[in-house]
Amino acid sequence: MKITVTVNGVERTGDVEPRLLLVHFIRETLGLTGTHIGCDTTSCGACTVLLDGMPVKSCTLLAVMADGRSVTTVEGLQRNGELDPIQVAFKEEHGLQCGFCTPGMMLVGKALIERNQAPTDEDVRWAISGNICRCTGYMNIVKAVQHAARMRAETPAEAPAQA
Amino acid sequence: MLPARFEYHRPTTLEEALGLLGSLEEPKVLSGGQSLIPLLKLRFAAPSHLVDINRIPGMDGIAEEGGTLRLGALVRHNQVVSSDMVGARYPVLAAAAPQIADPIVRNLGTVAGSLAHADPAGDWGAVMLAVGATFVLRSARGEREVTADDFFRDIFTTVLEPNEILAEVRVPAPTGPVGGAYLKLERKVGDFGTVAAAVHVQMDDGKIGRAGIGLTAVGTRNLRAAEAESVLAGQEPGEELFADAGRRAAGIASPITDIRGSAEYKRHMVEVYVRRGLARAVEMARAA
Repeated sequence: MKITVTVNGVERTGDVEPRLLLVHFIRETLGLTGTHIGCDTTSCGACTVLLDGMPVKSCTLLAVMADGRSVTTVEGLQRNGELDPIQVAFKEEHGLQCGFCTPGMMLVGKALIERNQAPTDEDVRWAISGNICRCTGYMNIVKAVQHAARMRAETPAEAPAQA
Repeated sequence: MLPARFEYHRPTTLEEALGLLGSLEEPKVLSGGQSLIPLLKLRFAAPSHLVDINRIPGMDGIAEEGGTLRLGALVRHNQVVSSDMVGARYPVLAAAAPQIADPIVRNLGTVAGSLAHADPAGDWGAVMLAVGATFVLRSARGEREVTADDFFRDIFTTVLEPNEILAEVRVPAPTGPVGGAYLKLERKVGDFGTVAAAVHVQMDDGKIGRAGIGLTAVGTRNLRAAEAESVLAGQEPGEELFADAGRRAAGIASPITDIRGSAEYKRHMVEVYVRRGLARAVEMARAA
């Protein structure tokens, strides 16, 4: 089946089997390997991408379900060589250790601060409760998301990352 | 993991979807996919045809009209979480919704899909039994309305026919002060509940008018604790009464011993959760 998905602002087409999962379309068809496969059973959140701005687990979605819709992966965060505030914040607050869960954590964090400009600890913990960090580095992930929210609030002129 | 091959259909009207379901061999409805896609990947399910209903407009509404709350087939769990109207008037639904799976899964997973999936560890089944919901099942030949009581048959088994869609969930609107609670024991966010209890109470002149109790993960389907409900009706609320209802609810539970706990522990937790849930629900109804 022919599908067209806007990935990180660019229209991408593919002729896919209906049983192909979105995560495999992203990683194998498009070669965007920043989206990780962790548990492959809807538990860990490593494969999280944004579908029309909303976090979804791409291992639990068929690529054909994303036809005509917009997907943001971790590769779509930086713009023109400039890191997104969520990326800067993860770097500055040491929000990653091994980095495996990081793409999912950053995308969930980004979606959260789009609608909650000053999330509390509890807000962040709640938002990332579908993402597992096996390094158990949650403290700094929470700090990083809050740091990004503050940076975002201080730069209201920032261009929207969602194309 | 890769699902087995299937043919994919994406109708844009309910009529088209019902036509497909009535004519295809071994079809399966795909809505949020948060239970079905894992089953396809594990190849526990291998339907020949998937009918994706996600592009059908007008099926994602939450509305109260004519004394009934109506949830369309495509209402996602997170829509229930964020509905002010549900929060104000349907406390059991509001209590359960944020405890389902995890926030990412709740963005896609649907209430009706979860009910149709009929996992005995699913949360909505217990909630719908407690509030006395009915389900509208539609096929190309017409529609029928069945009660939650009659809907669930066995593990992953309901009265839904392969040519039918669970098109709408109907919940009776409260006619007096209501309270509700959903108490869920889970090892971690996103895990299946070890045990959960849905408790719904409507007060009538200071006494319990109607009580509804549904149980999760303690049988081959969600269970309704009818005997516990009947000892509560018309009674003055109190700790003794709640404890009695808790014991009666635990009496119908038939949990199994597994990695989440022993049967004895789970049965005991039913008693504790029903007792606590009643206290919380009555307190809420009195404050309403």
